[in-house]
Amino acid sequence: MSKKTDGKAETGISRRAMLKGTAAVAGLAAGTAIGGFPTIWAQDDITVRTVGMAVSNMPQLEEMANEALPFKVQQTAAQIPDIIARGLNQPEGADLFEPPFMLMRAMWPTGKFQAWDTTKLPMWDNVVGLYKESGKIWEDSWYGDGQNPSQVINTSDQNAKDFVEPGSTKWITNHPVLHNADTLGIRPDIIGRPIDSWKELINPEFAGRAALVSFSQIGLMDAAMAFQANGEREYANKGNMTQDEIDFSVDRLIELKKDGHWRVLWSTFNESVQLMVSGEVVIQSMWSPAVTAVREQGVSCIYQDLKEGYRSWSLGHMMPNHLEGKKRDAVYDYVTWYHSGPAGAFFAKQGYYVVTPDNTQKHLPEAEWDFWFEGKPATVDIYSPFDKLMEKVGAVRDGGSYKNRMGRIAVWNSVMDENEYLTERWNEFMAA
Amino acid sequence: MAGLTAAFNRHSTMLQISPLVITLTLFLVGPVIVIIVLSLWKFDGFMTLSDVWTLRNYERIFTRSLTVSNYLQTGKMLIITLGVTFVLGFTLAYFLVFDLVTLRTKMLLFLLCVVPFWTSAVVRTVAWIPFLGKEGIINKAVMGLGLADQPLQFLLFSEFAVLLSYIQIFTLFMMAPLFNVMARINRDLIEAARDNGANSLQILMNIILPLCKPGIAIGSIFVIALVASDYTAIRILGGSQVGTVAASMANQIYSVQYSPAAATAMILLLVVLLLVGGIMRVVDVRRQL
Repeated sequence: MSKKTDGKAETGISRRAMLKGTAAVAGLAAGTAIGGFPTIWAQDDITVRTVGMAVSNMPQLEEMANEALPFKVQQTAAQIPDIIARGLNQPEGADLFEPPFMLMRAMWPTGKFQAWDTTKLPMWDNVVGLYKESGKIWEDSWYGDGQNPSQVINTSDQNAKDFVEPGSTKWITNHPVLHNADTLGIRPDIIGRPIDSWKELINPEFAGRAALVSFSQIGLMDAAMAFQANGEREYANKGNMTQDEIDFSVDRLIELKKDGHWRVLWSTFNESVQLMVSGEVVIQSMWSPAVTAVREQGVSCIYQDLKEGYRSWSLGHMMPNHLEGKKRDAVYDYVTWYHSGPAGAFFAKQGYYVVTPDNTQKHLPEAEWDFWFEGKPATVDIYSPFDKLMEKVGAVRDGGSYKNRMGRIAVWNSVMDENEYLTERWNEFMAA
Repeated sequence: MAGLTAAFNRHSTMLQISPLVITLTLFLVGPVIVIIVLSLWKFDGFMTLSDVWTLRNYERIFTRSLTVSNYLQTGKMLIITLGVTFVLGFTLAYFLVFDLVTLRTKMLLFLLCVVPFWTSAVVRTVAWIPFLGKEGIINKAVMGLGLADQPLQFLLFSEFAVLLSYIQIFTLFMMAPLFNVMARINRDLIEAARDNGANSLQILMNIILPLCKPGIAIGSIFVIALVASDYTAIRILGGSQVGTVAASMANQIYSVQYSPAAATAMILLLVVLLLVGGIMRVVDVRRQL
């Protein structure tokens, strides 16, 4: 899969080359005509190829990057299992991989990736403290159960395979890109009463109208949030359960399944949207933009703020070992641009947070900053980056401010120590 | 030149089968070997360790009750699907072969059966949702007619929904080989039986059915392979609440547990091969091909 030049890419390169003027054209021509250059970066025309999830690899962002940077950026959207598989098996097939932090313990120790040197990242100082010593954005933030991203961010050397104390070295395994906090999505028009706790997910009132996400690691954490909120069990660490805690949770899930509680376990973004729109389900764990997508269809849906807090995730860029020289410099320039603000504003308008909020603020009109980050009522109509009206004047963002969401992380998406056991037990839940 | 022709003649069989041999080696034998190797590597809970060999992945399969329930579920769905697709496929094929007179009508109706295959498997599966959902056409009708006051939940995100899509899609795979063998039955045999006083049921049981055995065998092989490997319908129509072997394997892959998933795949492959081998022993399929 190391063929980086499909037809589309070639056209792109030529177009860029034309725009960039004669130097690049000459470089490209030399590269093609003479050939035999030992390495890619010997050519002046460089393409940075990224592979990540659809939320962060989309044509609009690719275009923004290509306009801002002197080299070509080519983004490919893939599902998480494919990103992992490509990163581990064909690392030479791309220049940046964008896995979620929860999979770092499966990715980094393979030795297929190289660390970033934070002293060469001008925007590193602007990155929030979540990825540094404290593992918190604000002093009074919750640290959260499970794998806080700071636990897997630092490593001892460029080509090391270990994780060390956060902030103790200049080498980082994964350059954080985005984070957000997930919670339950509900249909307020059908439920007709306030919902304020995760325990409602397992309330018999919603039997046959509740859903979970089908990814075992995440689905079980949502369930644990509900069981704990319901006073059934105190988990020592919901993000890294013991076999006993897994047994308790799965047994309860099976019990609920036998009572017909779970309508469905959803696997894709679109499925979760359709379930809500059609009314098959009135309460389920959801992703923030999925709630927006439901509302865009004229159906009322709330991304419900709950007193027990949020389940959060983060994803970042990993550099495969093959990167060196000019190509690696280009990759550093790319992430520097990524965190300089425009991309942050682009993602903020979709409800996500790029890890350098200070820079995002500089590129977002104040009224929009107040709506998206401060949790204040909108003083202007709020549009998505695709010019779709999202909220009218007076609306308040679900879950409130950035701090209310990311400051109250109950648990981080994690792969648990007992994840093999967990998957087996989850399969029993499926089979029950 | 003469030498070349002689060489060609000497090795002509080899040359002629070589494209198939190369294709099968590259795309069938090769990947299977890769999966076997992968299944023997250690999984440490997070990563696959490519230099540590172990049988643990297999040991886990044979020591967990999950395996039994997965195979029971897969087996149950297989038997139901085989049963229903056989009855439907046989009836359809019988109608096309014996009840219709002109070849043109036969071919036209046969082609109609292929229409669902003009769309992708995912679309065919998703298309059931508007029919079966709580707000779907069937529930609207049932409630409109006063047959139920609550929407019927078992219609969607259930084993029922998965079986329904299997039957819809896989009946053709059973029907086509049956159609093929039935069309070859010598009509004189049936005439002779009738002349000797056999009734329609006797003709069906003693002549047509036995002569259809190779068709049943080939159709069953298709259905077994398709049901055993399906995950799309389980996910979309079963709402990931139906625990087959393939569904368990998919969960392992989503959790980046490659080597345990590879072991699951190998055992499933073995079981399917045993089933197919069993069918081949009972029925002389080659006579048909």
